[in-house]
Amino acid sequence: MTKPNLTVKDLHVSIEDKEILKGFGIEVNGGEIHAIMGPNGTGKSTLASALMGHPKYEVTKGEATLGGEDLFDMEVDERARAGLFLAMQYPSEVSGVTNADFIRSAMNAGREEGDEVSLMKFIRQMDEKMGSLEIDESFQHRYLNEGFSGGEKKRNEILQLLMLQPQIAILDEIDSGLDIDALKVVAKGINELRSEDFGCMIITHYQRLLNYIKPDFVHVMMQGRIVKSGGPELAQKLEEQGYDWIKEELGIEDETVGQE
Amino acid sequence: MTTEITFPVNQQDITSFSKDRNEPKWFADLRLSSLEKALNLELPKPDKSRINKWNFTSFDFDAKTAGGEDFSKLSDSVKSLIGEEDNIQNLIAQKNGVTTFKALHDDLKNKGVIFTDMKTALTDHEDLVKKYFMKDAVSLDENRLTALHAALVNGGTFLYVPKNVEVELPLQAVYSHEGSFGLFNHVLIVAEENSSVTYVENYLSEGSNSEAVANIVSEVYVADGASVRYGAVDNLSETVTTYVNRRGQVTGRDASLYWALGQMNDGNTVSENTTYLVGEGSYADTKTVSIGRGKQSQNFTTNVIHYGKNSDGQILKHGVMKDSATSIFNGVSKIEHGATKANGEQTERVLMLSEKARGDANPILLIDEDDVTAGHAASVGKIDPIQMFYLMSRGLSKREAERLIIHGFLAPVVSALPIESVKEQLYDVIERKVY
Repeated sequence: MTKPNLTVKDLHVSIEDKEILKGFGIEVNGGEIHAIMGPNGTGKSTLASALMGHPKYEVTKGEATLGGEDLFDMEVDERARAGLFLAMQYPSEVSGVTNADFIRSAMNAGREEGDEVSLMKFIRQMDEKMGSLEIDESFQHRYLNEGFSGGEKKRNEILQLLMLQPQIAILDEIDSGLDIDALKVVAKGINELRSEDFGCMIITHYQRLLNYIKPDFVHVMMQGRIVKSGGPELAQKLEEQGYDWIKEELGIEDETVGQE
Repeated sequence: MTTEITFPVNQQDITSFSKDRNEPKWFADLRLSSLEKALNLELPKPDKSRINKWNFTSFDFDAKTAGGEDFSKLSDSVKSLIGEEDNIQNLIAQKNGVTTFKALHDDLKNKGVIFTDMKTALTDHEDLVKKYFMKDAVSLDENRLTALHAALVNGGTFLYVPKNVEVELPLQAVYSHEGSFGLFNHVLIVAEENSSVTYVENYLSEGSNSEAVANIVSEVYVADGASVRYGAVDNLSETVTTYVNRRGQVTGRDASLYWALGQMNDGNTVSENTTYLVGEGSYADTKTVSIGRGKQSQNFTTNVIHYGKNSDGQILKHGVMKDSATSIFNGVSKIEHGATKANGEQTERVLMLSEKARGDANPILLIDEDDVTAGHAASVGKIDPIQMFYLMSRGLSKREAERLIIHGFLAPVVSALPIESVKEQLYDVIERKVY
């Protein structure tokens, strides 16, 4: 297996004719964890949604490849089957479809007919992953995200991440709305995946999560692109000093792009 | 405006048909007078649907089916609905109205339960049939189609459950249709005091498709303290135009009637389902699921009419429209003057999967009494693109994602159906219709 790679170059994305991303670029390889940080309204979630293929976002310029394949040439489901995963900030609720049925369908979607995950193996994996995420047994029989609390939805996203084992995962503010215990559990789940076969982009505006998942690279987004990159020490400095020093250093007055 | 209408069957045909079946004279007379009425009556007028161009009168009246009781001769599609021969306890199978298999457990026979085809019932249980046939639930002169039905009845079942008899296992009837045959199927169920029974029916098409008509009337009578569960899976092909009128007369005190209807025809369909809650404390529960596809047009009207004090009527209808299918979902809870403390609740929900699909939900409460409770909810909506994005972002194809959403949309009704076998059959039919 070749090492996972996501490469994004000069990405421009609009929503309803308003440009949000203005020349974003990054390279994420297997074994690397990148943190994308930045104040609200700088385009972080737009980046996540656009890469996955959210219907509301329009890519107007730039390119993205996953394992060398053109990402924007693929439908949403093809991107997923090629190994991309997005843990969403606001996952949809789907009534009448149980969590277990959904996750099993998703696991089988990437497999050839006749090579489906056996029920026994599926149950074993679910039990194991739910155990490590401290998720209640009843979770799998509940309808997908329906009536889930914010924290439950986030854990469910991570459960899917662990079950599907993608090459590249984008975690969109997976830490928001989580208390410290839940945060530790979620971090533990993500740390389990750490390997040369897995690359990850963590979008957050708090440094908190990074205490538990140590990033290899930290990038700061403003005005729809990366304005500063560094190592874990950059996150620490942001935690202590906020973002103003970067704005000053770069002469940025308004870091936002209007909407997130 | 009057338009000349003609039927493919005349008085002589009916007389000889009735004679061949050894029917009693009153029934032969009823057929002839009904034919006369059919010429002068109008088509039914289902609210918000125009059906006057639909074919209700062009069909073939020759069943082209040999009767018999040979299980091995039943088709595979029928067998798939009824299971292994050794496990069959209570079953009537008919093809184009002709009985092809019949079974009733001795235990039920000994208790006085009658479960037989209409043809046999008219000779062996004449008085009972005469007492109920198209009297109070559906009257033969309501419209052209009910009159035509009475004139041409050529299939169906009679089920009679005596006082205090509780039938545990469901009684099943499978009605298959083939060719251009006009099926006039009549189901008559009588549940006497404190009895209980579950009846499940399947309508299916077999063989090659031709223009044809299914004209179906079911009448259910529920006496004091009795309980009837009526399940149906309608699955006729796209070339069959269907008029189906299922009605319940819940005349008994504390009597209850549960309808579980899977309305899965592929052809144009007018479906009326009406329950009269006459008895004090009587109860009706109607659950229906439908999937429309292709170019079919359908009208599903559910009425619950309250006369009895403390009567309670529940309606829950979910429908999915694909392709360029059109469906009207009418729900009517009517509470008559004097039905104090009655409660009527209804919900209609429609999900449209394509730009060309059309669905319309009309919840109607008609209340002529002050001291009642009632409520309704309705929604008509398109599939949510964000939901699709979410499911597809986990690798599910568009088709698979739609499949899950449809199952999910219908699940609250299907999973609540009171009859296990209907649930299972519906899952299968839904699965086939979703693709």
